[in-house]
Amino acid sequence: MRAFALVALLLVAGCGTAGTAGTAVDGRVTVFAAASLTGTFEQLGEEFEAANPGVDVVFNFGGSSGLAQQIAQGAPADVFASAAPANMAQVADAGGTAAEPVTFARNRLEIAVPAGNPAGITGLADFADADAKIALCAEQVPCGAAAKRAFEAAGVTARPDTVEQDVKAVLTKVRLGEVDAALVYRTDVRSAGGDVEGIEFPEADRTVNDYPIAPLAKARNAAGARAFVDFVRSDRGRAVLAEAGFEAP
Amino acid sequence: MTPTRRRAGGRLPVALVLPAVVGLAFLLVPLVGLLVRAPWGTLPSRLLDASVGEALRLSLVCASLATVLCLVLGVPLAWLLARGDVPGRGVLRALVTVPLVLPPVVGGVALLFVLGRRGLVGQYLDAWFGVSLPFTTAGVVLAEAFVAMPFLVISVEGALRAADPRYEEAAATLGASRWLAFRRVTLPSILPGVVAGTVLCWARALGEFGATITFAGNFPGETTTMPLAVYLALETDPDAAIVLSVVLLLVSVGVLAALRDRWISGPS
Repeated sequence: MRAFALVALLLVAGCGTAGTAGTAVDGRVTVFAAASLTGTFEQLGEEFEAANPGVDVVFNFGGSSGLAQQIAQGAPADVFASAAPANMAQVADAGGTAAEPVTFARNRLEIAVPAGNPAGITGLADFADADAKIALCAEQVPCGAAAKRAFEAAGVTARPDTVEQDVKAVLTKVRLGEVDAALVYRTDVRSAGGDVEGIEFPEADRTVNDYPIAPLAKARNAAGARAFVDFVRSDRGRAVLAEAGFEAP
Repeated sequence: MTPTRRRAGGRLPVALVLPAVVGLAFLLVPLVGLLVRAPWGTLPSRLLDASVGEALRLSLVCASLATVLCLVLGVPLAWLLARGDVPGRGVLRALVTVPLVLPPVVGGVALLFVLGRRGLVGQYLDAWFGVSLPFTTAGVVLAEAFVAMPFLVISVEGALRAADPRYEEAAATLGASRWLAFRRVTLPSILPGVVAGTVLCWARALGEFGATITFAGNFPGETTTMPLAVYLALETDPDAAIVLSVVLLLVSVGVLAALRDRWISGPS
């Protein structure tokens, strides 16, 4: 552990001097990002690598709360992109961010059903049906918190059969046809292609999530972290995000 | 068969003792870390939390049911592998250990492909009997049994192969059917192997996580066993996760120690 810390320290020191010297970014940039950003960020990562030879972008996708926890425990991350301000605040409040987090995208929930909608789901009210198989995100993760707001607004008591730890796990259950309906992000419905159909619902306005991003204070590659954040917020970054179904902040 | 009381050749060799001690420390130190970090001050109040009891009860019930299932299916399977004249026994034996090698999450997905609502078998279960296994307690038992059964089969098969088949042959010459010989001669002679396998199988089932969360999902009171509860808690409240882990550890070590004293009375 001590040796590891030493290596980390040397790397940070090395990057620090490189940063002040104003050289181009290189080396590895480790990005911790919400599961719902998987496809989009992978594409952005490839484009960022192409634009900056010598840069290697590595992703760790997962539930935002889990990622925030890992960062708090000292996981080696350079950038954190969260699906909700609350999880970013966990990191920022502990002095974990190198710059003020900024919102770079918004997302909203949609009802996801397997292709053909075998159970004939039409709206949130169907989530109270005990016979329908329902998957939701756990309330601790952003998509679960957003789902809770939607059900409150609709006055529906959802009866989930399973409560998953991140939105991709929920989506998988829909894709396999194991559940009749789930609440996932609109971007997830799009990423699933023909396997999954999306159904919009009026309460979705209450489910809009802000996605904040920030370079981290303990980044080993501080220059790379800043550059990646700038790239996500650039016109090209916004275009890729919009294509995936994200809304502009 | 009487154990020799004389120790062979004086002092214990350092070449064996040193790695043994390192090995022991390697296994036990993480446990110590868990106990040191445990929030002992708030432990009693956290233990009284209803969800902890619920998850613990579910874990114990599911692991025990999975173990019964493994015994009912696994002992005959071990017998078949050790004694039966089946072609391709070596291949079968290797296939039985597949769940040991498979990442449990993959095992869970495989179970969904077969027993899920649209699975190879599951679609008929659903259409004909209205039975759907994913997201049910029965699903937890199946997932645990899938992952744990190889431990039982391997132990029992090893015991069977070490047992002398001549006793069975003697029983046969005295007119016993193979079924009677199995029950009255073979089974008693391999009982320690069966018990050891059962204990391993139960312990593996109790700690099962990946196949369970994939196949059975996560819903408190139905499918949230202790390992799932630990994982969920780890993301939001690490202290609660440590408490849950300590509880799971104490209960499992207690049960295993009690079983050992009762059944596996080796020379101590």
